Amino acid sequence: MSDNHDSDGWFDKPENVKKMLKVFYVICGLLVLVDFMVNRHIYHDWENIPAFYAIYGFIGCVVLVLIATEMRKYLMRGEDYYDE
Amino acid sequence: MNSVIPFLPLLLGALAAIFLRGWLRNLIMIVAPILGAINLMGMDHGVFWSLEFMGYALEPVKVDKLSLMFGYLFHLASLIAVIYALHVKDTVQHVAGLAYAASAVGAVFAGDLLTLFIFWELLALTSVFLIWARRTDRAYSSGIRYLIIQVLSGVLLLVGLLIFAQVNNSLLFTQIGLQHEGIAQIGAWLIFFGFGIKCAFPFMHNWLTDSYPEATPSGTIFLASFTTKVAVYAFARGFPGEEILVWIGVTMACFPIFFAVIENDLRRVLAYSLINQIGFMIVGIGIGTAIALNGAVAHAFNDVIFKGLLMMTMGAVLHMTGKINGSELGGLYKSMPKTTVLCIVGAASISAFPLFSGFVSKSMIMAAAVAEGYDVVWLLLLFAAAGVFHHAGIKIPYFAFFAHDSGIRTTEPPKNMLVAMTLAAVACVVLGTFPAQTVYALLPWEHSYQPYDVTHVLTQLQLLFFSALAFVWLNMKNMYPPELPSTNLDADWFYRKLAPAVVKRVASTTYGAYVSVENSVIHSVKRMVQNSYDAEAGQPKGYFAKLWPTETMVVWVAILLVVYLLFYYLH
Repeated sequence: MSDNHDSDGWFDKPENVKKMLKVFYVICGLLVLVDFMVNRHIYHDWENIPAFYAIYGFIGCVVLVLIATEMRKYLMRGEDYYDE
Repeated sequence: MNSVIPFLPLLLGALAAIFLRGWLRNLIMIVAPILGAINLMGMDHGVFWSLEFMGYALEPVKVDKLSLMFGYLFHLASLIAVIYALHVKDTVQHVAGLAYAASAVGAVFAGDLLTLFIFWELLALTSVFLIWARRTDRAYSSGIRYLIIQVLSGVLLLVGLLIFAQVNNSLLFTQIGLQHEGIAQIGAWLIFFGFGIKCAFPFMHNWLTDSYPEATPSGTIFLASFTTKVAVYAFARGFPGEEILVWIGVTMACFPIFFAVIENDLRRVLAYSLINQIGFMIVGIGIGTAIALNGAVAHAFNDVIFKGLLMMTMGAVLHMTGKINGSELGGLYKSMPKTTVLCIVGAASISAFPLFSGFVSKSMIMAAAVAEGYDVVWLLLLFAAAGVFHHAGIKIPYFAFFAHDSGIRTTEPPKNMLVAMTLAAVACVVLGTFPAQTVYALLPWEHSYQPYDVTHVLTQLQLLFFSALAFVWLNMKNMYPPELPSTNLDADWFYRKLAPAVVKRVASTTYGAYVSVENSVIHSVKRMVQNSYDAEAGQPKGYFAKLWPTETMVVWVAILLVVYLLFYYLH
């Protein structure tokens, strides 16, 4: 509606995004640090690995995206594929 | 307390919506689910109504904790969906929506398989109008495919229950299980697959990803709430503890997230994540312990609310901008800030952030998997949990409301849509923060579980934050697959492309052969006619076509008489 607000978006400013990402990285770091201070309950052997959930989450998602990108090569068709 | 049959208030609401218009219709539609829920509170456990049909005892309405939990859920879901749809000036959608909700309630209170079958088919017949109400060619053909597959599910259920009625001499819907002797085995498997189709089992899941994104914005909210959850209920009652369900469920939890990552239509992304969430529930039912079953139904309860919320926010985006593809959206947080916040609440709930509803139910299933020694399943579910955050938790809000600015400027959706979304968002937070007073209080099996301890909160936060870190990292490295206008092939390719192509080919070959045979027959007949007529002389050709003088005939008659005479004497 108000075009004059176009560049006013908080997320449009790179410095804001950078600030937010910094906070995010700090939280990630803290979560790993806390892992060494808190005595976690262990239900499964793998959980003995330090920061297991962090590592698993990160690697899992990277693998997910890489496989999905690879799948695109075989599965992707035009938008109107079924309508033709 | 006097109670009426559970599905009656919603059904009467649907009937009223046919005739009433304006504010009166709106009022009745809001009041129907509220009265229905109050009616449920007054019901005692046990058989509410029974009758006999062709020598079989039927229990069309039977009440216990499991059916009550789904009953409350469906009334809450229909209330939210009705409020969301209030601004729509379309009688078809209003009537179909409430009738569909009534069918779902009828199905979960069905005490026998025949009643279940009737409501099972009614679910299909009432809901398809929510797809057709979009009034596009795509929606029409998608609705036809939806109806065929849904009715097929009902037919499998019908054949299965007929076999069961013959073998067991009973139609009551209790635990069915897969271990039987002889023909009962076939019956059990038919019912299993009938349920499985509605539950969107792998390779039978495409009716869902095909039709839900084609329905109207408000129609999808109804659709996402009922059909699959009725199937989850049916599995919880009919097949708890069947180990095959664990493996089917874990497949459902994992494979759709790959499709969700590369899908462009954001409502289709949510449809894939719907299958992923049902996967968690099916694993829980397959494990079959009290905590696992409780986790499955608790997660079904929460999923309806948070998936409904996410669908509603995307419906609002579609309603306001006319677009839903990730490739065409972005930067909407400026013009739709409230919707953005509500979407993030839904995203946090589906991703199982602490204090949001997914956290208190998903973890029950995970804990049950570890406790029962399903190590691989547990690891895969953990992967699926990280993956669901990746596509539903980050991708949906990011590509719709943030990412690069698409230049679209719009406003917040109509007030009733915002109210419905806010209701769902509040429910997500309340269910996640006070589980013991809300969803846990309704759980059917006896079991105590405490979701909030330091270990669980910490590990879950690690999982989520580092999944997000992966997203940030991949985006910065430009390795994240961009949103592209595209169609991705899935199992529906087999019946939407391959089968029609084969049928077309066979048909055209057959037709071609028929045409060439027909042509050659016509040709040879023509040639015969032509060859037997002398056009120059203007008369037919050949010995027998000649004009003979009368004397010739007299000679022949004389010969014939002589031959006759000879035979006469010889005899």
